[in-house]
Amino acid sequence: MRRDDSISHTSARPLLEIRGLGLDFGTPRGRVHALRNVSLDVPAAQVVGIVGESGSGKSTLAYTVMGLLPENADVTAGSILFEGKDLLKMPAQARRSLLGDRLSMIFQDPMTALNPVRTIESQMIDIQHHEQGSRSEKRARALEMLHRVGIPDPQSRIGAYPHHFSGGMRQRVCIAMALLVKPTLLVADEPTTALDATLEVQIIRLLKDLQKEIGCSILFVSHHLGAVAELCDRVAVMYAGEVVEQGAVRDIFHNPAHPYTRALLECDPGRIKKSTRTLPTIPGEVPSLLGSKEGCIFRTRCRHASNRCVLENPVEYRIGVDQVARCHLLDEERLVSA
Amino acid sequence: MWLYLVKRIILAIANIAIAVTFLFLMIRAVPGDPAAVLLGTRATPEMKAQLHEQMGLDKPFIVQIATFFGGLLHGDLGFDVFSQRAVADIVFEQLPYTLELILVSILWAVLVAVPLGCYSAMRRNSLVDQVAGVVTVATIAIPSFVVAVYALLIFAVTLRWLPAIGVGIGFWDGLIYLILPAFAIGIGWVGYISRLVRASMLEILGENHIRMARSFGISEWRIIARYALPLAILPTVTILGVGIAWLLSSAVFIEVVFARPGIGTLIVNAVNTRNYPIVMGVVLVTTFLIVAATTLSDVVNAFLDPRTREKLGHGKR
Amino acid sequence: MVSVEAIGPEPNDAMATGALRTFLRQFRNNRTGILGAFLVVLIAATAVFAPLLVTHDPIRIMVGPRLAAPSLDYLLGTDQLGRDTFSRIIMGGRIPLLVAFASLGSSLAVGVVLGLIAGFGPRWLDNLLLLIFDTIRSFPGIIFALAIIALLGPSLGSIIFVIAITSMPIYARLVRTQAQALLGSEYIAAERSLGAGMTRILGVHVLPNVIGPLLILVSMDVPAVIAVEAGLSFLGMGVRPPTPDWGATLNDGYSYINQTPWLVIASGIPIVLATLGFTFLGEALRDIFDPTLRKDL
Repeated sequence: MRRDDSISHTSARPLLEIRGLGLDFGTPRGRVHALRNVSLDVPAAQVVGIVGESGSGKSTLAYTVMGLLPENADVTAGSILFEGKDLLKMPAQARRSLLGDRLSMIFQDPMTALNPVRTIESQMIDIQHHEQGSRSEKRARALEMLHRVGIPDPQSRIGAYPHHFSGGMRQRVCIAMALLVKPTLLVADEPTTALDATLEVQIIRLLKDLQKEIGCSILFVSHHLGAVAELCDRVAVMYAGEVVEQGAVRDIFHNPAHPYTRALLECDPGRIKKSTRTLPTIPGEVPSLLGSKEGCIFRTRCRHASNRCVLENPVEYRIGVDQVARCHLLDEERLVSA
Repeated sequence: MWLYLVKRIILAIANIAIAVTFLFLMIRAVPGDPAAVLLGTRATPEMKAQLHEQMGLDKPFIVQIATFFGGLLHGDLGFDVFSQRAVADIVFEQLPYTLELILVSILWAVLVAVPLGCYSAMRRNSLVDQVAGVVTVATIAIPSFVVAVYALLIFAVTLRWLPAIGVGIGFWDGLIYLILPAFAIGIGWVGYISRLVRASMLEILGENHIRMARSFGISEWRIIARYALPLAILPTVTILGVGIAWLLSSAVFIEVVFARPGIGTLIVNAVNTRNYPIVMGVVLVTTFLIVAATTLSDVVNAFLDPRTREKLGHGKR
Repeated sequence: MVSVEAIGPEPNDAMATGALRTFLRQFRNNRTGILGAFLVVLIAATAVFAPLLVTHDPIRIMVGPRLAAPSLDYLLGTDQLGRDTFSRIIMGGRIPLLVAFASLGSSLAVGVVLGLIAGFGPRWLDNLLLLIFDTIRSFPGIIFALAIIALLGPSLGSIIFVIAITSMPIYARLVRTQAQALLGSEYIAAERSLGAGMTRILGVHVLPNVIGPLLILVSMDVPAVIAVEAGLSFLGMGVRPPTPDWGATLNDGYSYINQTPWLVIASGIPIVLATLGFTFLGEALRDIFDPTLRKDL
């Protein structure tokens, strides 16, 4: 029962298909296997969330899709099909021409994401370099988008520099820029992590509305389960460079199959029903990704770990219609938590 | 709003005041009759008497220093009893030659060094970068007067491609005469500025907003020129301000080697003839130039960055 | 740098040899650093053993023909007074090294004292000293040196005096910064409460911390000092004839550049090698020990 057998509920080909992706970082201490055998689909016009702890490789995955990896990164295996074409096999020039046209990105820290010595106006006009039209037309489009993302009085604010805006406003500007180019896929790398809770809700709602309006897909990276539940159609759970479970948001949240997903959900403060003085945590640490890895990567922190977990890397098992997880328990017991 | 500017100018004035006091005390610290010391052995008793009265040596010390400062405020740098001319006239007659020389030198150096630094940062560890890394250290280390003498030997004496000494007549001719001197002064700056630009460029290229610009597929050259360079150039602007002291020092040697007029030639001749009023006049004017340039580069630097520009009173808030 | 281990009073031998080994390993990988060290050793050894290496009396005139080209007898030719250029160049390396040693040594001593006064002294004194340091930096280099020489007369002493004054502020500022950082640390407060005297605090805590960066700064200043000495001697404001000196010989060569290129070539190259060698070595030391150290602190 491999992933390949399962059919996603949209019959059309997914917009983005990541297949068996492996990625190493060369470091002075050796090669870090940051992504291992990652497969993931982003269907057209859907929002797919990627959740996991810090260091799980979720941001690395986002940057790999965009082709914005640091120099020491090295893709070792797999393919990333975007609209049917493999991004990894494209010439650099062709790949870059997709950026700011079919693909765009929102970054984690709005305070440093905008160029400090150029006005919002010049940056927003600059990014429309794929578009036709005069400077004033591009400026008009930028104004419209700023208005749409909720910047008050965009006519007078567009000439300002980034430092004139608060963090929340800067993230709105970044969203406006990313959507101004009308991408088919928006990659959002923890866009709300640097913001406080009230702002986070506003930004999530804004993204949700704009996604519906524009009809783009979003690859939404977050460690905040609440944000994922609010925004996403599908979700992939990453742990130590692997996707351990993925499926529809409803299924994953109500019926988590992988022990790690369950542990993650138990730790989410938003979901703890009983009042408690201590927040639950997952005991142990994310293992080092140096050197070769045998067996299940989560076994060192798993309550159910057995001998098989040491010897054998679990394959993907299907649970229900549209949910897969990598855990031997699913083979042995067909365990579905209730 | 204008606080920064005012603070900077007050500091500059304090710097100049201390420097002038120091120079004043230095002349008086030499044992013997200051007028006799200043005029040296060639002076006639009449000259000594004239200078004695000008310096107000019979008056109390505090009056002397006040008169000295008062004179400076009126642009009075003293009187050269040998030529019977005001020191200020003599110095300002020569200053344009020196300023022309150092401006042309720094201009070509910046024009070559900034692209070179950008290229080295873009193609880090490439052959060009590695060769430039070693060559630039070498050009910084080698004294300008050695470069000047060697350039003179090769291009003027041996190959006879370029004129050896003088300033030429007219604009184009003058430019030809500037080639070797400007090369000798500028070559070290090429190394220095390109290293500075490379280092700050590498730092800026690692920043988040550059990654954001890349995420929109903006071309690498445009990112360098429009997004990174305006930030990466700031340390260079600071260094150029401080660097005028360096430029003036090289200009002294280069003017002597290429027999050009200018304040370098002026002060060397003045030292040789023990013409102290001229020596002090040159020191005062160049000190003022240096403080002014340093202050100006700080202010320009603050102005180039919109985050600090508003403190200068141009912003909306 | 302000960890307790780093400023602990007892030097640890095992740690020291380990650090030396790390240093040697890093230095081996620095090709320009090795070249620099080689040149510095070569120049220093030549200066020390100069009397054994000379082929003629460097001061005696008319040991050969005037302005001769290099030959087996006169390896680098002769100057306008018929003196052997090779011997003059060999002996001429002593002056710049002597000037560098004397001027930077005294500059370092004064700088450390003033830096400590600024760092530990009252606020107003600190501000006054900072203003003086700034002022010295705004004196126009060679032009200021020429003014001092005009007053004191052209001599090596004047050159040493000028260099000592103008290079002092950088050292003083470094010491001041370190002293103030330590003054604010609880570590020193604890020492003081135990009755440690100022001498102990200075000797044990401040100086060991600044000595490394100071020596790197000094080594990076050496090429500039060599250039200034050679430059002033080139202008005829340094050593008095007939003392052999690279800068003075370059001036002789410049005067007779139309008759012979050999004087210029022979005197320029050692100046280039010396400034290059010390620069490469200084930069390598900085890169290994303290990459963040900058001269404009």
